[in-house]
Amino acid sequence: MDYLLSDEQKMIKELAHKIAEEKIRPAAAKYDISEEYPWEVLRVMAESDMFGLFIPEEYGGCATSVFNLCLATEEFSRACGGIAVCYAASALGTFPIVLFGNDEQKKKYLPDLAKGKKVAAFAITEPEAGSDASGIKTVAKKEGNHYVLNGLKHFITNGGDAETYVVIAMTDKTKGARGASAFIVEKGTPGFTFGKKEDKFGIRASSTRELVFTDCKIPAENLLAKEGMGFIVTMRTFDMSRPGVAAQALGIAQGALELAVKYVHQRVQFGKAISSFQGIQWMLADMATEVEAARGLVYSTARMVDAGVKDVSKESAMAKMYASDVAMKVTVDALQLFGGYGYMKDYPIEKYVRDAKITQIYEGTNQVQRGIIALKLIKEMAK
Amino acid sequence: MNIIVCIKQVPETTEVRINPETNTLMREGVKSIINPFDMYAIEEAIRLKERFGGKVTVVTMGPPQAESALREAISMGADEGYLVGDRAFAGSDTWATSYTLAGAIKKINQINVANNSLADSGKGHGIDLILCGKQASDGDTAQVGPGISTHLNIPQVTYVKKIEEVKEGMMRLERMLEEGYEIIETSLPALLTVVKEINEPRIPSLKGLMRAKSAKITALTQKELNLDPQQIGLCGSPTQVVKIFTPKPRAGGQILKGEIPDITKQLVDLIKDEVN
Repeated sequence: MDYLLSDEQKMIKELAHKIAEEKIRPAAAKYDISEEYPWEVLRVMAESDMFGLFIPEEYGGCATSVFNLCLATEEFSRACGGIAVCYAASALGTFPIVLFGNDEQKKKYLPDLAKGKKVAAFAITEPEAGSDASGIKTVAKKEGNHYVLNGLKHFITNGGDAETYVVIAMTDKTKGARGASAFIVEKGTPGFTFGKKEDKFGIRASSTRELVFTDCKIPAENLLAKEGMGFIVTMRTFDMSRPGVAAQALGIAQGALELAVKYVHQRVQFGKAISSFQGIQWMLADMATEVEAARGLVYSTARMVDAGVKDVSKESAMAKMYASDVAMKVTVDALQLFGGYGYMKDYPIEKYVRDAKITQIYEGTNQVQRGIIALKLIKEMAK
Repeated sequence: MNIIVCIKQVPETTEVRINPETNTLMREGVKSIINPFDMYAIEEAIRLKERFGGKVTVVTMGPPQAESALREAISMGADEGYLVGDRAFAGSDTWATSYTLAGAIKKINQINVANNSLADSGKGHGIDLILCGKQASDGDTAQVGPGISTHLNIPQVTYVKKIEEVKEGMMRLERMLEEGYEIIETSLPALLTVVKEINEPRIPSLKGLMRAKSAKITALTQKELNLDPQQIGLCGSPTQVVKIFTPKPRAGGQILKGEIPDITKQLVDLIKDEVN
């Protein structure tokens, strides 16, 4: 489908595609097995200005827009969902500073993030606070010119490899949802250590770790916005990053579809390429249409975000939920089309299934997304 | 350093087919790319600029569509591009091409001196270095680079795999041989042709692509260059491509068996028969 991309958007898509084919795809299997952080690949992305897509120009960014970020993320994910998520998660950790940072904070942190010299991470999830984010227990106590953080975050993407962390902690438990605040915490701050690195089913190139805060003292200047704004920072950040997660799922689905179409042309059974059998053709048709429908939702939502449309929570929930469900279905169908070969790690398709699954879970499970959509619908009907 | 890189736009080699009736390359629908060896030359030039400062100018002789090759080089980090093209240059073989490109380089040198654009290069106004890829993937002659240096009367070093040292007016290079390498020192200005062992070409940056889109490409036609009409185009081409064909696969050879004195005698007899 022709999405009538502008020249600049086409340029970004082609450049991201080139990086994906020349640098990401050849390295995907290696990082999936070794679970090493893909610094080499991220360096190429950085040198091509891809980290600048989510940072304003005055701080080193370029062509800044959520739509452009989605285009790049989709192309990277086509080649490897794991490597793509290292990039996308840095965007997630950067958005709070872009949206709520004051000038000093932006000047201090954004240029290095734009150059990809450092990566960022966003930390809200705790063992007892996943879908119920309001249940976080990490506290930040004001002491003179500092805040002292105590608590544990887990399942943090880029945890351990990022330099710049945005951490959500409770500053006033009595205020409930209005009692949380957002802080910038730098790696190496005394009292800030890392727990174990998770051994994951998929997106194994990315690092997922616990963050441990033990009397971790940070300067008061590291508070983002104001005390009590923690959940607002979180919600607004997710509004910007959710289309990117949807784009990741979309890219994984697209990548799997391409592999499947190519394979069924080559595989000969009963004297013909299996692509000539109607059963196979119908599967491919369904897969391709679902991917295109997902793309429509992702691109439309991203455009709305960039246009400043006020409330995109329903649409971005739809995009994330649908694209990730499609990714799961399409990757599993693609594996089926590979037959027995699809089950073998020698062939690239099983990795796409493993990488797709997480997109249905993180940044708000698809169950939570459905809840958001339904509540929004009801609210709109009640007007 | 003031560096010129000569590049050529060629069809993407994996896709090219030969028309069996006309014996010419079938170019329709085939993507055009920068000649792969030229990518290494562009990358090396940009690396030298990053080390020593200065300017990288890319030049290509070709039809109007070759402009996209110049822009691609600019997106990697080259500073400006020149498109050498004119009806009068059509049909050039490697002799006429290298004569024309040498003329273009002389002209660019003139323009640089006039613009005083290298006041900060510390090496005067002239061109310090010309880089070319080893050979073009369509013609495969590897003649144009050496031809240019001959027309310009400057030293040439071919098959350069590493630039070891750069000093005032001099360069020390590693030149690749079939088995091993030699170290060569040359004065500057000089022309080098490079092999793929020299570096790994970078992927362009987004900012580079944007700059390349709006970069000014200067056209150099016969009017600006005022070259000798007898040495350009078909007129100036001593060689002519008569036929391009896929060679027939060779039939298997004959294996001679026996002791060495016997085999030698058999071989001599066979050669005698062939000659007769």
